[in-house]
Order: sequence, then C-alpha cells, then structure tokens
Amino acid sequence: MINNFTVSGSPHIHKPESVSRIMWTVVISLIPAGIAGVIIFGLDALWVTLVAVAAAVLTELTFGILTKKKITILDGSAVITGILLAFNLPPQVPLWLPIVGAVFSIAIGKQVFGGLGQNIFNPALVGRVFLMASWPKYMTTFTPSFDAVTSATPLAALKEGKALEHISYLDLFLGKHGGCIGEVCILALLIGAVLLLIKGYISWHIPATYIFTTAIFTYIFGAAQLFHGDWLFHVLSGGLILGAFFMATDYVATPLTAKGQIIFGVGCGLLTAVIRIWGGYPEGVSYAILMMNAATPLIDRYTKNRIYGTK
Amino acid sequence: MVRLAENKHYSENKVTQKLPLPLKVYIPLIQHLGKICNAEVKVGDKVGLGQKIAGMQAHVSAPIHASISGEVVAIQDWPHPVLGRAKAIVIQGDRLDNEAAFVLRSQQDVDSLTPEDIKKIVLEAGIVGMGGASFPTHIKLNPVKPVDSLIINGAECEPYLTADSRLMVEKTSQIAAGIALIAKCLGIKNVYLGIENNKPEAIKAFSGIAGIRVKVLPSDYPQGGEKQLIKNILGKEIPRGKLPFDIGVLVQNVATVYAIYEAVYKNKPLIERIVTVTGSCLENPQNLLVRIGTPIKDLIEFCGPLKEAPAKIIIGGPMMGIAQYTDEVPIIKSSSGLLLMGKNEAKMQDEDPCIRCAACVRGCPVGLMPCQINLASEKMLWSLAKEYGASDCIECGICNYVCPSNRRLLQTIKRAKLEVVK
Repeated sequence: MINNFTVSGSPHIHKPESVSRIMWTVVISLIPAGIAGVIIFGLDALWVTLVAVAAAVLTELTFGILTKKKITILDGSAVITGILLAFNLPPQVPLWLPIVGAVFSIAIGKQVFGGLGQNIFNPALVGRVFLMASWPKYMTTFTPSFDAVTSATPLAALKEGKALEHISYLDLFLGKHGGCIGEVCILALLIGAVLLLIKGYISWHIPATYIFTTAIFTYIFGAAQLFHGDWLFHVLSGGLILGAFFMATDYVATPLTAKGQIIFGVGCGLLTAVIRIWGGYPEGVSYAILMMNAATPLIDRYTKNRIYGTK
Repeated sequence: MVRLAENKHYSENKVTQKLPLPLKVYIPLIQHLGKICNAEVKVGDKVGLGQKIAGMQAHVSAPIHASISGEVVAIQDWPHPVLGRAKAIVIQGDRLDNEAAFVLRSQQDVDSLTPEDIKKIVLEAGIVGMGGASFPTHIKLNPVKPVDSLIINGAECEPYLTADSRLMVEKTSQIAAGIALIAKCLGIKNVYLGIENNKPEAIKAFSGIAGIRVKVLPSDYPQGGEKQLIKNILGKEIPRGKLPFDIGVLVQNVATVYAIYEAVYKNKPLIERIVTVTGSCLENPQNLLVRIGTPIKDLIEFCGPLKEAPAKIIIGGPMMGIAQYTDEVPIIKSSSGLLLMGKNEAKMQDEDPCIRCAACVRGCPVGLMPCQINLASEKMLWSLAKEYGASDCIECGICNYVCPSNRRLLQTIKRAKLEVVK
C-alpha cells in the first residue's frame, strides 16, 4: 500500500504566531500616538507619516525586486520603520525630508545588511540620525502646535536655559507642547505600550530599566545642586517614552536574554541622561539607542542564560 | 516551559478498550535503547502467548516476547516507528489467545521475593521505559550509586495523550503495588508521584495512598521531561552530563510501573500497552490496549470511520512524536500515542528570517539560546554551537513551536548535537 503522508521532524504543532502578526500589532499600537500627533499638530503630521510609510514600503519593494528575494512588504516591518521615522520628525518638515529619510532607513539601515532580521541598528533611527546630520535646520525647527505655548521643544528650551515654569506635567503628559509627531503625547504612547505588553510582544525589561535609569540619573545630576533634578520632566519630555517602548525594544538590534535586556535598558538610560545633561544636543534618545544597538552583540555574548545542570 | 493547547478532550474520558486481536503482528527485534535482539525462533515455529522470541546480545537491551500465539511466518525488514526500518518477527495469529497461560503470584509469594528476584523478573519480562525513551528498566533498577528518591512520572505533558492518565485512574492499586515493588527493590523511602493539574481524577485516585507523595504540577510543557520533573519536585538539578542516580534519584513512568506490576504479580511479560489513538480526523478517538507489533492501520480502523483522510500520522505526541511514512508500522513498547492530523493541521509553513524576538530563549526549559545555535548550525560553525550548549538540548521542541518565523530550530540543533560529539 502506498501512503502519501507528510513526514517531517518534530514538533508537529505550532503556536498561532507569525512575524506579520507581531509587526501589524506593533503598527496598531502606534496608531493612538499617530492620532494624537494629528490632533496636536494638524494634518501636516498625517501627511508626513503617510509619505514616510509609502517611501519605506516602496524602497522595501524595490530591494525585493532587485535582489530577487521574497517580497516582504506585507509583513508590516517596513510600515513600522516608516511610522517610527515620521514620529521622530517635526510635523512641518518639507515632504521630501521623510521620503529621503525613509529611503535611507530601509536601504542603508536595513537592506544592505541583508533585510529583515539582519540589521545591526534600528532602521528608523538610522534614517533619523542621517536627516539630523544632513539637514539639522529642518530637524530642529518646531512650529507651534494648536494651543502650545512654546515653539521650541521643552528639552531645547531647557538646554538654552529658558524658564519652563509655564509647562505643567499634565501638558507634557498630554503632549501640549512642541516636539516630534509621535513623541509628544505620553498618554497615547502608553496605550499602545500596554497593548504590546499584554500581547507579550515586548517585555518590561528594556522600557522599565531605561526609563528608571534616566529618571534616577537626571534626578541626581539634572540640576546645579545634586539630587534636585526634575526627573519627572525628563521622563515626560522628548522621545524617551516613544524610544523606550517602541524603539529600544526593536527585537533585531537588542539583546536576547532578560539579563542582557536589563543591561541594554540601563545603558540607554545612562547615555540619554548624559547627553541631555552634558551633551551638545538637547535630546539623546536616538543616539543612546543606536550606541546600545552597537553594543548588543557584545552584551549577548556575556549574558547567556544559565544552562540546566551548570553553575 | 510553555502552556500548550492540550487537546486531551478527545480521549481523556474514554475508558480503555481492548483492541481485538490482530491477525498478524510485526514485532521489531529492537524496541529499546541499546543493542538489537537476536531472534530465538525461526520461520515455521509455533509460538505461545508471552513466549520469549528474541534474546539479549548485550547488557543494554531487553528481551522480546510473542504478543499473540500463532506461527512465525517471516523474519524480515519491516517499517519501524522510530528507526524507519528494522528486522521484525512476523507472527500469524491462531486466535487461541490463552491469558491463563500466565501463572499468577499470590501476595504472599510476592512478599517473599527478594530484590534480586524482582530485578530478574523485570529483566526477563523485557520491560523498558514506556514514556518514550525506552531505556531498559532492569538497568535502572541496578543503579551504581545509592538512590534515595523515587519519582513516578504521571505528568503526561504531551498534548493529546491520555494513556497514562487513564492507566492511573483505572489501575490505581496495581500501580501503587508496582511502586511498592520498586521501592522495595532499591530500599527507597521517599516516593513521589508527579501529576499535572489537568488530571484531577488521577490526582484524587492517588491522594491518600500511604507511602506515595502526590505532587501536583502546573500543566506546562515539558513538565514530564525527566530533568524538569526532578527539578520541580525535588528542587535539584542533574549536573551536566550526569544521570539522575548521580543525585540519588530514580524516575519511572507510570506505564512502566504497571508493566512491572504485571510482570511480578501475573508473570506477564511486556506484550501490550495502552495507546491513545486520537486526532480530529477520527470519528471515535480512544485509549486502546494494544498488543505489541500490531500495525497502526488496525488501530485506525477500530477508531474509525475517518472524518478526513489523515495527512500526517504521528506515533507519540505532537511535540516529540515521530511522523510515520506508512500505516503498516507497528506499535512498539514505547508507543504511547497515535495521532492523526488532517491536511490543514499537517500543512508546513514557510520559514522566515530570525527576527531575534527571543521567544525561543524565553521558552527553552534548559536555558539555551536556540536561535543562536540555529544560526551557528546553519553556518556549520560547530564549535560555536557547542559553546552555546547545543548538547544540553532535550529536544522538547518548544523553540520550534513558539518561533514566529517558523524556523526549523530543533532540526538544526539536533544536527549540531550530532556534530558536536564528533
């Protein structure tokens, strides 16, 4: 009797999970922050985001065709890169800027390394840093939001020594101030973050240690007198919450074990605080994450889990 | 450890049925870890039920007995559920199944047996570990170091399988008697029975039996893995490269314990076992008492009619079982389940690149980084695979199961394991 049974190695069942399911869930988790950005900054925020996403997806498609590899635009990863890049841009940049940034993110940040899973750095941050280095004027000009009281970001104002008394923590939490499209509304970001935590797609290790370290460090060194820093201001302003939950948790460029992730988070927190307090830039989240991305292979090597039956 | 969809509902409340006697059995000469047996019968010989038909050629081995009475019609290569193909003795049944041939021992007779007598009976009955590993039991009853704790494995953590669970409910006192025999054999005072909390009936059946401490464990896979069971019951780990008896522990599966009971009390060698025949393809999933050597098509037919033609047939559970290429393959001593999967369930997904999500790292019950070993193995960097602990893999399959990219992690790690020992 001839049987045509499938013969394959064990296991024979699989968790109902896939890369695209994870990626599209991340996209959904970013939608609240996007909506908040549009409410705060107007439709410009929407156009910048859509253009960045379209450019990222088209670049991904082009590489897929040129390299004759599987077309991966439907897995959602290029969409995430586009969204995250846009979220790190001021709302009123000329529309060619997100296009250039997104092409750079996907082409140089991701595809030249071999595509999904191979990139050393977070692609969106690679694009952002490239734009920052090339067109700093556009990247640091923040026009006033609909009812915001300042045109500069709170962190930039702090760096320039301007008084900040008129920004309340609540304004910071709700995003009523100048800043990048997706970073300002902490409330919206936390809604998305909770979704990812509940789904188990991110764990607490990196975001918690990152935010906690930044808070502690800015509390100790953030003011002229030790232990007088306004840590809550630092936590609520700039790109810390967006970075901690959505960029420092990028699977590909972060450590594998819980131990490694804690080191990664603490490292990000320290670098962010150091750049903010003593560095030349008002904000340090992008550089902090990129530097820790570079340290990831090393961290992975020294933070293996203990194997059963060994010391 | 991970929580899996259990799918035990197909068969967990089905009382064990006897499969009608097969017309022909195909009894492989190797059904254990160790050296293949030597056939002691030849074509044309008449054999009686339970007669020894193949003997040991080495210490790490277990003799094999006729599971039906009849005539040896062939000794030939035949499909084997674990090895693909192996030499088997084919017996044409004469339908004269005389179980009375086994001489019962009275409790008094049993009480008068010395540990050495019990070990000899176990050896001659051809008993091997029935949880899947099929290590000869007589060797485990002769540990080279003193053993102070006996753990009976009633976890049955594989999805779908309910054979052990049914056995614990239906043969409680016999298993308890079997446990007492092992304890007596080795002078063990601490006896534990590990059962997952998804088997309340079995837990209830054993609670209150003197001398057995029932340990209720969470239904997390692979709770029934020897290393996990020892750790979760005793809080101890087996040091790398060592065996349970190195830390004074002996682990036995409940089905093995029952086989020891039957050997000692009924003089009955290991000629049958309970097999869970299950899956969405079957109209009537069952727990069947099956003679060793029965081709699986007999079992499938008995549990039919089929709702859907099976696209994949697995002997064992869905996590560690082995996919079969033919339904002529026989049930052997270690076959605890027969799982039939339909076309959709058997469909293979494409592999995507590793996105380093670390689901495999979090899931690995022995603390490995499966994705790293996978990459090392694919690049044939065997020393790197070794550095990442490839040889510590217990092959539970969790890494494959959780991988969102459908990577064949276990296959590549198994490959690395083979290369690492070279």
